[in-house]
Amino acid sequence: MIDALTLAVGLAALALAAWCGFAFSRDQSTKDWHFIGMAVVALLAVVQLVVGVVRLSGGDRPAQGMAVFIAYLIGSAAAVPAAGFMSLVERTRWGSATVAAGGVILAVLEVRLYDIWGG
Amino acid sequence: MADSSSSKAAFDLGQGPGRLLVWLYGVFTVAAASRSIVQMILDFGRAPLAYVLSAVAAVVYAFITYSLVRGGPAARRAAQVCCALELAGVLVVGTWTLVAPSAFPDATVWSDYGMGYLFIPVILPVTAMIWLRRAAADRTG
Repeated sequence: MIDALTLAVGLAALALAAWCGFAFSRDQSTKDWHFIGMAVVALLAVVQLVVGVVRLSGGDRPAQGMAVFIAYLIGSAAAVPAAGFMSLVERTRWGSATVAAGGVILAVLEVRLYDIWGG
Repeated sequence: MADSSSSKAAFDLGQGPGRLLVWLYGVFTVAAASRSIVQMILDFGRAPLAYVLSAVAAVVYAFITYSLVRGGPAARRAAQVCCALELAGVLVVGTWTLVAPSAFPDATVWSDYGMGYLFIPVILPVTAMIWLRRAAADRTG
């Protein structure tokens, strides 16, 4: 894996979490700008999924096992889109809270991905 | 029970704060299920007790997620029972892993009161029970 990319996804996810957490604290639902932010973070996570698959097909192996690594890659790519869809349905501050939680979850997944790849 | 037809303004378990609970329970269902499935397939013999307990946790999480989405009084009561079970499970398994670590060569979702998961496993059932209780009060009041 590319460490810089893992770091970038993690930090972007935390920024998204803070931003949506702020919207939650101001009693606001997610707005268009939030969805653009989610799209950026989700795109980063997908790029990482692609990079991970390319590295695997190139013969590199994660230290803690293939299956776990792939599961975390898929989970990290799905986390923010799933939260985004829930916030589309929930047009209250709790939709913002859902996305904020999704951002934190993605950041945690990135830390785990780093561990799984590096040992 | 019979008021489901007239409950236009009835409390929906999966809305508002409940949406956040659905999301977190959904994530934990996936986390616990995939964890136990992967570990059981790869090396069940290493820590069978831990893996079975993770699988049990996954089933409990899945059921609560389903109940929250389904809504209604029956689902609320079922979810309440399961949250109590979940809390008991976290406390028992958490204590168990601390008292007899040798029984757990590998961690479960509920090891050390869910420390590996930011203690969310112990916070979640308490929050959910408060939410379900409020749903019940709203219905009667």
